[in-house]
Amino acid sequence: MSDRIEKTIELNAPVSRVWRALTDHDEFGTWFRVRLDGPFVPGQVSRGQITYPGYEHLRWEAVVQKMEPERLFSFTWHPYAIDPTQDYSGEPSTLVEFTLESTATGTLLRVVEAGFDKLPSNRRLEAFRMNDGGWSQQIQNIARHVEQAA
Amino acid sequence: MLNKQHSPSDALKTRASVFAALGDETRLSVLAKLCDGQRQSISRLTSGTNLSRQAVTKHLRVLANAGVVRSVRIGRESLFELEPRPIEEVRNYLDQVSKQWDDALARLKSHVEG
Repeated sequence: MSDRIEKTIELNAPVSRVWRALTDHDEFGTWFRVRLDGPFVPGQVSRGQITYPGYEHLRWEAVVQKMEPERLFSFTWHPYAIDPTQDYSGEPSTLVEFTLESTATGTLLRVVEAGFDKLPSNRRLEAFRMNDGGWSQQIQNIARHVEQAA
Repeated sequence: MLNKQHSPSDALKTRASVFAALGDETRLSVLAKLCDGQRQSISRLTSGTNLSRQAVTKHLRVLANAGVVRSVRIGRESLFELEPRPIEEVRNYLDQVSKQWDDALARLKSHVEG
């Protein structure tokens, strides 16, 4: 069982273009659908307002982790934070990492969101597989899901 | 992640607590014993482990608070059984997050290729 969602996408645009789309806060906001208060700065909180239709009441808040030019952009956030009246600061945050790689036709972009739970080691997963109960089936469903999510 | 599901905050708390409850190997080992769907006593859940009865009780309480374990009183004894629905809810949640990334990346693609 993995604690991550992983996506890979081929983009027909040079790495420099993709990097700008990810790390320029206005460009990021365009495709991600958030209006950010200011530029991304490593170690600093990024705030803004979601612009996704129907969710405009939600705030965006993330902590920028790494910005390694044209290679890695990462931030942490609270993926459960959809209720503006709740305090989520004590709840687990996930780490989102964008990794860029130059290819013959453009850019290979990998997105990993990890930390939904501090999930069990593979060894522990084996223990679940040895059981036939419905619950272990559920665990395996989750494992299959996150493995297929790549 | 922007969550498209209209969940009450109770559901959110539950989801977070399910993730937290699953994030401990000892608790997972207790849960593994309940995977066969049988109700089990604390004694039975403790036997064959190097855990104390108190430790097992404590972990069962966390699991029960997260809603993934239920206690049933039979006579003078409390038995514990699995409740799989919160796990299914968490799976659906991961499905949603995954879908949201698909959508966001599709928008990114048209943004940089446009």
